[in-house]
Amino acid sequence: MAGTTTPPAVGMEEYVEPTWGSKLAYVWRLLWRDKGGLLGMILFLLMVITAVFAPIIAPHDPLEQNLRDSKLPPAWYEGGNWDYPLGTDRLGKDIFSRIVYGTRVSLTVAVFGVLIAGGLGLLAGLVAGFMGGKVDGAIMAGVNLWLAIPYLVFVVVIASILGRSLFNVILIFGITDSPIFARVTRGEVLRIRQSGYVESAISVGASTSRIMFDHILPNLIGPLITLATFEMSAMIFYEAGLSSWAERAAHWCQLGQHGRSLPSILAKLPWMVIYPGLAIAIASLAMNLLGDWLRDVLDPRLRRSRA
Amino acid sequence: MSNEQPIVRVENLKKYFPISGGFLFNRHHGAVKAVDDVSFTINRGETLGLVGESGCGKSTTGRAVLQLHKPTAGHVYFKDIDLTTLNTAQLRELRPQVQMIFQDSVASLNPRHSVNKIIGEPLRINNAGSEREVHSRVIELMELVGLNPRWSKRFPHEFSGGQRQRINIARALALNPSFVVCDEPISALDVSIQAQVVNLLKELQEQLGLTYLFIAHDLSMVRHISHKVAVMYLGKVMELTDRTTLFERPLHPYSQSLISAVPLPNPKLERKRRRIILQGEVPSPLKAPSGCVFHTRCPLAYDRCRTEVPEYREVRPGQFVACHLADRDGSSIIPAQIA
Repeated sequence: MAGTTTPPAVGMEEYVEPTWGSKLAYVWRLLWRDKGGLLGMILFLLMVITAVFAPIIAPHDPLEQNLRDSKLPPAWYEGGNWDYPLGTDRLGKDIFSRIVYGTRVSLTVAVFGVLIAGGLGLLAGLVAGFMGGKVDGAIMAGVNLWLAIPYLVFVVVIASILGRSLFNVILIFGITDSPIFARVTRGEVLRIRQSGYVESAISVGASTSRIMFDHILPNLIGPLITLATFEMSAMIFYEAGLSSWAERAAHWCQLGQHGRSLPSILAKLPWMVIYPGLAIAIASLAMNLLGDWLRDVLDPRLRRSRA
Repeated sequence: MSNEQPIVRVENLKKYFPISGGFLFNRHHGAVKAVDDVSFTINRGETLGLVGESGCGKSTTGRAVLQLHKPTAGHVYFKDIDLTTLNTAQLRELRPQVQMIFQDSVASLNPRHSVNKIIGEPLRINNAGSEREVHSRVIELMELVGLNPRWSKRFPHEFSGGQRQRINIARALALNPSFVVCDEPISALDVSIQAQVVNLLKELQEQLGLTYLFIAHDLSMVRHISHKVAVMYLGKVMELTDRTTLFERPLHPYSQSLISAVPLPNPKLERKRRRIILQGEVPSPLKAPSGCVFHTRCPLAYDRCRTEVPEYREVRPGQFVACHLADRDGSSIIPAQIA
C-alpha cells in the first residue's frame, strides 16, 4: 500500500479488552441514566427475590385455611390483624402469602413461557424469512392456522388432557404464543435481508451464517424484546385468570354452590381482588420498564451519549 | 496510468426481472428488461462513468457486473475470469478484488456495528490476522479516507453523510480491490461534500491504481471523474465514448439532449446554450417501445426508428452509438452546444 502511515498511538490506546468489572460498571451507568429502567430493574429483582425466598417471606402456607380468621380485612383497617397483613379470603387463606407464592408461579410461567414462545417463533420466523418461497409459504400458513385457534379454549382442552401442572401451563403458553413471535421475526428478517448493509456484507464476501448472526439477529433484538415484555405481562394476566377461573370451577363442583359474581366479591372482600391485581400490575410495569430500557440500551442509536 | 488493457469486459449483459403473480399459480406476466444487452470494457486504472435517468438500469448494471444480481444472460470478464460462471464459493473467494460503494450511505452501514467493526468486517471475513492487526489496519484505512481514527468506536448514526460515505469507501478498500463499482456514491450528499468525496475517489484511484465503474446521474461530476462515459436509456447503452468526445461531439440525440441540460459556468456561453428539451416521459420498462427504445421522445425519429432496433456499433474510432442517424454525417444531427 502506497502512502499509508504507521498507526498512531492515539488509535491504539482506544483498543482495550473490556473486563467484566468495567462491563458491569458500564451497565450500572446506563441504568442510572434511565430512571425508568432502574425502577423496572429494582422491581424485577424484588420479584425474583420474592419468588426465590417465598417460604421465608410468606408468614403462612398459601393453602392453609383458618376458618376462624376468614374474611379479615388488611391489617390497617378496623378488625384487621398483622398476622394477615393484606387480609384473608373466605376460607381464611392469607392473601399476602398467596401473592408471595403466586410471584413464583407468575414469574416462572412468564419467563419460561416467553422463552419457549420466543425460541419456537424465532426459529420458525428466521427459517421462513430467510428461505423465502415455498418454505416461507408453508411455515406461515401453519402459523396463521395456529393463530386462528381460540387461545383459552385450546389451553383448557390441552390442560384437561395433559393435566394441570405448572410445567404443562408453561408448555401450553409457550406453544400457543409462538406464532406471534414467528410473524414478527419473519417480517423483520424480510426487511433486514433487503437492507443495504446485508447487501454490502454480501459484496465483501460474508457467508450466510455471518449475515444471519452478525447482521440479522442483532437487528431483531429491538422488536423482539418489546414483544417479549408485552407477552410476559400478557402471560401473567392469562395465568392469573386461568387459575382463578379454575379455582372457581373447582368450588362450584365441590360445594355445589353458585359462584359468587365479581361485583359481590368486590363489594364485600375488595382486598381479595385489589392486592393481587396490584401485584400483577406492578409485575407488568416492571417488565415493560425493563424491556424498554433493554431495547434502548442494546441499540446504539438510542443509547445516549456514551459514558 | 492507463495502459489500454481491459480489466473488466462486459458482453451482452442482460438482467430481466420476471413479473409473476396471482393466487396459487405463479403466472408469468412478462419481464422488466432492466438491463438489455449492455457491453463495455474498462481499462485498468480508468473510470467508466455510467449515466442516465433514474430507472434506466444503471444500478442494476453495476450490481449485475458484481453478480449481486445474477445476470439473465451475457458475460462479465474480470481479469479474463468469467464471473457469470462462478459458483457462490468461487465468487466469495473473488469478492475481495471487486468491491462496491453503495448509494445510500445510511442504509449500507449496520446501525449496530461500530466503525471498527464495519471497516474491519471484510478483513475478519477473510481472516486477515488478529483483532489487533485488524484494528490497526482499520485505523490505517480511516486515515486514508480522511476520517479521524479516534472515531473508530463510534456508530454510523454519529457521523455526517459525507463521513458515512467515507466509511463505506474505507470498507470497500479494506481488501485492496482492483475494481470498484461506485453506485451513485455522491447522489445523497450536499454539493460541497460531493466534490470532496469525488476528489477523494480520484486521489485514491491515483494512489492505489483503482479501476472504477462510476454510476451517477450528475453529468458534471461524471465529467470530472470519468475517462470514458456510457449513456444509458431504458436498459440499453445509447452512446459510449471518451469524456471529451461525449461532451464536445455527442452523436446520439439522447446524449445531446442530456449534455445540453448541463448549465455552463461561463454566463456568456450559458446565455447562448440551446437546450434540447425532450417531450414526454421515459416509457415503462415493462412495455419498452419497438425499434429504438428512444424513438418516442427523439426529436429526430423517423419511420425506421419505430421498427428497427439500431445496432450498437463503433461509428467513429472509440465512439460507440446505437442510433440509425449516426451513420450519416454528424451535420444532419442537431449540433451539440459549444462546450
